[in-house]
This record gives sequence, structure tokens and C-alpha cells, in this order.
Amino acid sequence: MTSVIDVFDVSKNYGSQHVLENISLNVKRNEIYGLLGPSGAGKTTLVKMIAGIETPTNGRIKVLDTDMPNLHNMTRIGFMAQSDALYVELSGKENLEFFASIYGLKGQKQKERIEHAASLVNLTDYLKRPVHQYSGGMKRRLSLAAALLHEPEILILDEPTVGIDPVLRQSIWNELYKLSDAGTTILVTTHVMDEAEKCGQLGMLRDGRLIASGSPQQLKESTASATIEDAFLYYGGVRNEN
Amino acid sequence: MRTRALVKRIIRQFIRDKRTLAMMFLAPLLILTLVNLVFSGNDYDPEIAVISSQEQMASQLEKADKSFTIYENKTLAAEDLENEKLDAILEINPPTTKITLEGSNPTANKAVMMTVEKTLKSLTPKNNQQTSMETEVTYLHGSADMESFDYIGPFLIGFFIFFFVFLIAGVSFLRERTTGTLERLLATPMRRWEMVAGYVLGFGIFTIIQSAIIVSFSIYVLDIMMAGSIWFVILITLMLAVTALSLGTLLSAFAKNELQMIQFIPLVVVPQVFFSGLFNIETMADWLQPLSYLMPLTYGGQAIRDVMIQGGGWPEIYDEVLVLAGFSLLFMILNVLALKKHRKL
Ligand SMILES: Nc1ncnc2c1ncn2[C@@H]1O[C@H](COP(=O)(O)OP(=O)(O)OP(=O)(O)O)[C@@H](O)[C@H]1O
Ligand SMILES: [Mg+2]
Repeated sequence: MTSVIDVFDVSKNYGSQHVLENISLNVKRNEIYGLLGPSGAGKTTLVKMIAGIETPTNGRIKVLDTDMPNLHNMTRIGFMAQSDALYVELSGKENLEFFASIYGLKGQKQKERIEHAASLVNLTDYLKRPVHQYSGGMKRRLSLAAALLHEPEILILDEPTVGIDPVLRQSIWNELYKLSDAGTTILVTTHVMDEAEKCGQLGMLRDGRLIASGSPQQLKESTASATIEDAFLYYGGVRNEN
Repeated sequence: MRTRALVKRIIRQFIRDKRTLAMMFLAPLLILTLVNLVFSGNDYDPEIAVISSQEQMASQLEKADKSFTIYENKTLAAEDLENEKLDAILEINPPTTKITLEGSNPTANKAVMMTVEKTLKSLTPKNNQQTSMETEVTYLHGSADMESFDYIGPFLIGFFIFFFVFLIAGVSFLRERTTGTLERLLATPMRRWEMVAGYVLGFGIFTIIQSAIIVSFSIYVLDIMMAGSIWFVILITLMLAVTALSLGTLLSAFAKNELQMIQFIPLVVVPQVFFSGLFNIETMADWLQPLSYLMPLTYGGQAIRDVMIQGGGWPEIYDEVLVLAGFSLLFMILNVLALKKHRKL
């Protein structure tokens, strides 16, 4: 399998604060890669750098064999930020129309993609409403729809299912599996352990370091843990003893 | 294409925000109306040229009041009057006295008339009152019924457009940053210049409407003096608005929230009132005077005055319009560079 996202020894400082230290990882095509870590671990910082909207202090990030940031690559990436970046004065549909036209979708094609993305996240009936009338979960779903519009090869989702009920969360995950089967590479962050189990590959991030990586199965086996949570605690403990 | 998407979105957002629309379109009208009602002139030292066949009379005048300067040559005086170095020319050739006023500034007109009257009276012996001569008054620009508001009005039109566009565009661009949508846009293939261009065009459309409303209101409702073409005035106010727009979006990069954006007003907008010609710059300390060249409003206000009071056309205003275009371009380029802070490409 070919590597789609390559992170080489990346560090990030904000002033004197070391937010990420010597991170290396790669994500292969079709894979669903989960970045698991507690709040403040540096998940958002890392995915922003991969999406090209932050620059590493040290190290190198390649997406589709090209150094980031790269404008052409950005048409091939779908990014869903942790905080909903939506225009609340506009309706759901107008928001999607805006993002669709930025990616060059127009006319019938644009309409189809908007309908498809909206139905995926169960928002078809609410598209005409202004976004400031949406609930938190509805905004989350609209952000997800906006990231899917242009059928990106790579999806980067920063905590996509926060505030979404279990039933819809399951259907979104089913959709992610479908996209992954169809060839999309997905990088998703989460701090929910049971969601981590759903990923094909996991990277465990803590205090800016990648403390472990592998498939959920591998991680559990090599630490003789019953759950991902135990495995995470195990790796975290090991690091603390050093 | 991407810029067009942005323009369309800005228009949609703007139309939803009725209150901001009202602030942009109606607030300036309200303030202009108020200023029209309350304005009254202030003290002013006029510059008056004296041309007289009676040398003794002329030197007496020059001694009596520092406003007077003897000119030997009438064409030289006329030239200085045209260049606004002089406020008036006083010609004394008994039995006639002739005053030619530059006329643009009603405060100056009033001051000239008062100074001349007072000085002539003090020089005329009490027992000789019947020789008080006939005075003929002519205006180079404007006319006797020009009010003070006619003079400051054109400037205020420019000022309010600058002020409101600066604030509204600045805050909108700032919100794009604070709500995370700027970051979201930077995760798309949109280029930095496309973003800046989209903002200028999107808001530009509203500033055209704003300029047209404010200028028409001033002329047709407030009955401000209008010697030139309304289209030139709209063109100048539009250029001024684009300058304000590009400056506002640029400075929003240095504000963390709306309140900090408002803090730019005393720093950036208010000084323009003092240095751009609403008040007389000549009375200011020498080292302060060059500051006026840095103020976009200096050029905008001057050009609007040229058209509205002196009836100037393209030859009189093109240089100011070009300077404003230069300011806009500069601010836009700086804004594209400032966005580099967020994404290198
Ligand atoms: N712009 C910034 N300036 C300074 N420090 C920052 C900035 N952005 C993030 N940080 C710091 O970097 C660290 C990691 O933040 P990050 O947002 O990547 O965490 P996270 O893993 O996404 O957390 P969460 O699960 O809460 O979203 C935090 O300590 C945060 O304070
Ligand atoms: Mg985060």
C-alpha cells in the first residue's frame, strides 16, 4: 500500500511552549487513521499542519508526495475543523454552496453533491434554515458535509462526532467505512476510546509525543490490555516512569 | 471563480444583517443632517492683499493689521488668490473699494469682511465719515450665500464614508478570523489574494450604493453647494471607501476582537479629522504638517471640495484619485502579506 500522508520528525513550538515533539507517522491509502489523545495533547495542531494551515517548527510533512502547504493538494483534501467554521447568518444550503463553489463545483454537479452530502449527515430537511438556528450537533454535521462536498481523496476530521448522538454517530462511521472502501484516506482525531476501536490504525498522542502506534488489535495485544483505554494508560505509564 | 463565490457570500451575509446595512447607509445621513443644523464658524486669520493707488493708505493698512500685505502687481495677487495663498484682494482706488474673495471657505469670507470693515473704519478720521467709500464685493469661487456647511460638508461626506466602511469591513474580516472560518478557507485552495480581492469587491458593491445615497442626500436634501458633477463626487467617495475598506481589513489582522478593532478608531480615523484639512493645517506646528500627506482623507476631502465648491473636473481631481488608488493597492498588498501569518501560500 502506498503512503498518502508522511510526517517526518515534526516538532511545533508556540513561543517557548513545545506543543509537539518529534512526531513521525504515515498514513496509507484507504486507511482510517485515528489520532487518540487527551485534551491538549496536540491533536488539532498536528492535523492542522497536515492540512497545510500551520507550519511545523521543525521537520517535514508530505501529503500525496508533495510538501505541504500546497494549493493543488488542498483541492484533494477535505478538512473539518474542531470548531464549526460556518457562516451563521446564512442557511445550511448557502454555506454548502459557498464551499462547493470554492472547490469549483457548479451547476447541476454542485446541486447533486450538496444533496448527497446533506443526506449523508441527515440534514436535507434543514438546509433552508439559517445556521444560527441549528443545534450544536447539526452544525457539526453541516461542517462534515462541507468537508465531503468535493469528494476529496483525503479527509481530515478533527473530532467529527462530538455532540452527535450514538445512532447518527454509527451511521456516520458506516459512511466513513464506505468512503474508505471507495479509496478515501481518512485521518480522524478523537479522545473517545470506543471510537478509537473503529479505526484501522491508531496513533496515541500525549503531551505532544506519539507514545504508540499500530492497529487497535496490536496495541491491545502487545500490552496485554482488554481495552484501548488500558493500552493508552499502559503507554502513558511507561513514559512517565522514564 | 473562487473570488466570485466569496463576493456572493458577502452580499448574502450583508443583506441578512439589516442593522449593519442601516448603519452604513443611514447613520452618515443622520450625522450630516445634525452637523448641518448645528454648525457655526470659528476664528480665522485671513490673508488679504492690498493693492492701492494711494501708497500711504496701503502702508497704513499694513501697519494696522497683520492680515494685510501690500502687492504691487495685480496679476501676482490674482495668482496667489487662485492658489489659496490669499483669502482676498483689497483694491483701493478712491472713490471705489473693491474686494475679491477667494470664496471657498465661508469662515474665511466672513473673517475677511470683518477685518476689512474694522480696519478701514479705524483708519478713517471720525469727522470724515462721509468719505466712507462704496465697496464692491466679488467672489472668485462660491457666492455670498454659501454657508459654512457648504465648506465642511464635502469633507464630512468623505469622512463618514471612510469611518463607517473602515469599521464595518474591519470587523467583518476580523470575524472571519475569530469564528475560525478564515482558517477553514485557508484549508481550501483559495489564494490569499483571492480572499482579499473577494472582500474588496463584495464590500465594494455596498460602498457604491452607500456613496450614491450619501452624496445624493447631501446635494438634494441638505442642499449643499454643488458646482461640479455628482459623478465625480461619487467616484472620489468610492475611491475613499475602497481605501477605508482595504485599510480596515488590513488592520483587523492586528486586533484580537471587535473591541480592539474599535480601538483603532482614535488611532487611525480620528487623526484624519485633524490632519486632513477640515481644520486649517497652516496653523499647525511645522513638523506636524507633513502628517497630512499620510492621510487618505486629505486627498479625498480635497478632491471632493474641488468638485463641489470649485466645480473642478477630471483634470483637477485625477491626481488625488490616483493617490487614493495607490493607498488602496498598498493596503491590499500588505493584507495579502499579513495573511501569510496564517498560511505561507
Ligand atoms: N495558537 C496557539 N498558541 C499557543 N498555544 C497553542 C496554540 N494552539 C494550541 N496551543 C497549545 O498547544 C497545545 C495542544 O493544543 P491542541 O489544540 O493541538 O490540543 P488537542 O489535542 O487538539 O486538544 P483538544 O482535544 O482539547 O482539542 C495546548 O497546550 C494548547 O494550549
Ligand atoms: Mg483539538
